[in-house]
Amino acid sequence: MSHLVLDGLTKRFGSFTAVEAMDLSVERGEFVSLLGPSGCGKTTTLQMIAGFVPVDSGTIRLDGSDLGPVAPNRRGLGIVFQSYALFPHMTVAENIAFGLEMRDVPRAERDARTRAAMELVGLKGFADRYPRRMSGGQQQRVALARALVIRPALLLLDEPLSNLDAKLREEMQGELRQIQRSVGTTTILVTHDQHEAMALSDRIVLMNQGRIEQIGAPDAVYDRPASAFVASFLGKTNVLRGTADGRGAVAIGDLVLALAGAGSGPVQLAVRPERLVLAEQGLGARITSRVFQGTHWLLGAESAAGPVMLMRANDGLPVPKEGEAVHLRFAPADAALLPGGVSA
Amino acid sequence: MSLASSERSAPFLLTGPALMVFLGLVIVPLGMTVLLSFYDWGQYKGIVPEFTLKNWIEVFTDSYFFEIFLRTFRIALLVTLATMLIGVPEAYILNRMSPAWRSGFLLVVIGPLLVSVVARTLGWALLLGSTGIVNQALIGMGLIAQPLPFMFTETGVVIALVHVLMPFMILAVWASLQRLDPQIENAALSLGAGTLTIWRRVILPQIVPGILSGAIIVFSLAASAFASPAIIGGRRLKVAATLAYDEFLNTLNWPLGAAVASLLLIALVLITVGSNRLIERRYAQVFE
Repeated sequence: MSHLVLDGLTKRFGSFTAVEAMDLSVERGEFVSLLGPSGCGKTTTLQMIAGFVPVDSGTIRLDGSDLGPVAPNRRGLGIVFQSYALFPHMTVAENIAFGLEMRDVPRAERDARTRAAMELVGLKGFADRYPRRMSGGQQQRVALARALVIRPALLLLDEPLSNLDAKLREEMQGELRQIQRSVGTTTILVTHDQHEAMALSDRIVLMNQGRIEQIGAPDAVYDRPASAFVASFLGKTNVLRGTADGRGAVAIGDLVLALAGAGSGPVQLAVRPERLVLAEQGLGARITSRVFQGTHWLLGAESAAGPVMLMRANDGLPVPKEGEAVHLRFAPADAALLPGGVSA
Repeated sequence: MSLASSERSAPFLLTGPALMVFLGLVIVPLGMTVLLSFYDWGQYKGIVPEFTLKNWIEVFTDSYFFEIFLRTFRIALLVTLATMLIGVPEAYILNRMSPAWRSGFLLVVIGPLLVSVVARTLGWALLLGSTGIVNQALIGMGLIAQPLPFMFTETGVVIALVHVLMPFMILAVWASLQRLDPQIENAALSLGAGTLTIWRRVILPQIVPGILSGAIIVFSLAASAFASPAIIGGRRLKVAATLAYDEFLNTLNWPLGAAVASLLLIALVLITVGSNRLIERRYAQVFE
């Protein structure tokens, strides 16, 4: 049996449907991200699990028991908020110990667990600091320790890293993942940042307009997007127009590939920029832009199948200049056939 | 004038008018009042500009004055406590309202300030009189047999002052509530705290600065209030402000009135600055 089960979870605000009939099963110890653009319902879902927002219909079951009738302060979930929501009038130790105090944990055990939690997040020696005197990254750690110290059944993270600068965010991602692994708490992360979701999660739940678009491991969702929305939301992608001949071959400009299930008539293929390679022959294109990004060059090109972007590793070999005519190729396995045929 | 010197004199020129008003209308009269309190006065000789401590000695030794100052600060303290007790929850509710409802209720809260002090206080006199609506209602409900004396009592003065000074407390507390992290209650909730605990341990400590500034304003205004004590308290139930007024305009003993007024000012400054220091030190972390 799954640890957390969302069954037909629905929430409406007036005539606006924030979350519609959402089904999701999360295994014990799993790290799942709810990913999507703002307004896709990911935060509302999290708030329903936390109990801050009442559920319209559907159920939330934790270890088989319905969370619906349980008050938010009795659910025993650890939550890290986007703003951290630390108590500014309490020291770091007091902040972390608050949840234990509410549970009437004896003094000695409370102190020991608070100390252990501070050590876990690397805040040893900060016990008597006030949050206001700490950096964003440190505050983030306090919030994480405060949520974990109560040994929650579920750890809910609401855009926890979005207030940090890029370098710190990357650092914290690694640390967050490592802490979650070592503690083993089932974790649900809400984020609009695809890199964060991909770096941290066991599985990604891609949401759009209150519905789930796709659920899967990060690489699986990235490589085989189930819809044009997923393909465009997750990383950069090229959408190429082609024509299927009905016998398993698809022509994209001068490039002909064997693709099963293409049917016949016009088709759309999603190909990641890093999977498009320069070749002697194939899809004809003309380079229109060239941006150096350190580890690679990002090339823009106008092809017979539409505008494309491709990555060219900075391997020391010459890179085509703007205006140069090139040929592009990709392996059939690197192309995802988008459903719905060709949109205008 | 060169550019550099005009730049240097600009702040003075810009603040000049306000500074002149402040100096001319506040500092100078205040200084003159303090000076006046050291002048001599006699029934037949009037004000004599001779240095004497007799007014101050009288104010400090006569139990009549002590009683009035005690009453003044007792009323001010009660008013401050009452506005806190009513105003803090009211500000919290106001803060949780939807914007449309909030602007309506904010108008109701500020209402007392929009009505002239005399009209408002006379209104209270109508309500609180022995045949007033409040007493009639209480008798009608069978709660009391005899009308309660509100008029010419401290209770009546406190009620009227609480009414008019409430907005200052509510607005001050509301301002500090708006600075609260909107997720902070949910954070406390998720850690297992109940509503009452959240209030006591999380909300209240963070709005102490607002409550303090509200309390200082309410206390100073209540202690120096004139119209409400004069109308509801009447001639016999004197407070410091009405006492000074009487000394100036009835007894015509200006120097004694000046001593009373100066003492009120000094006492108020000491009390508010002192309590401010005390509370700021106690809640140092939220005062930043």
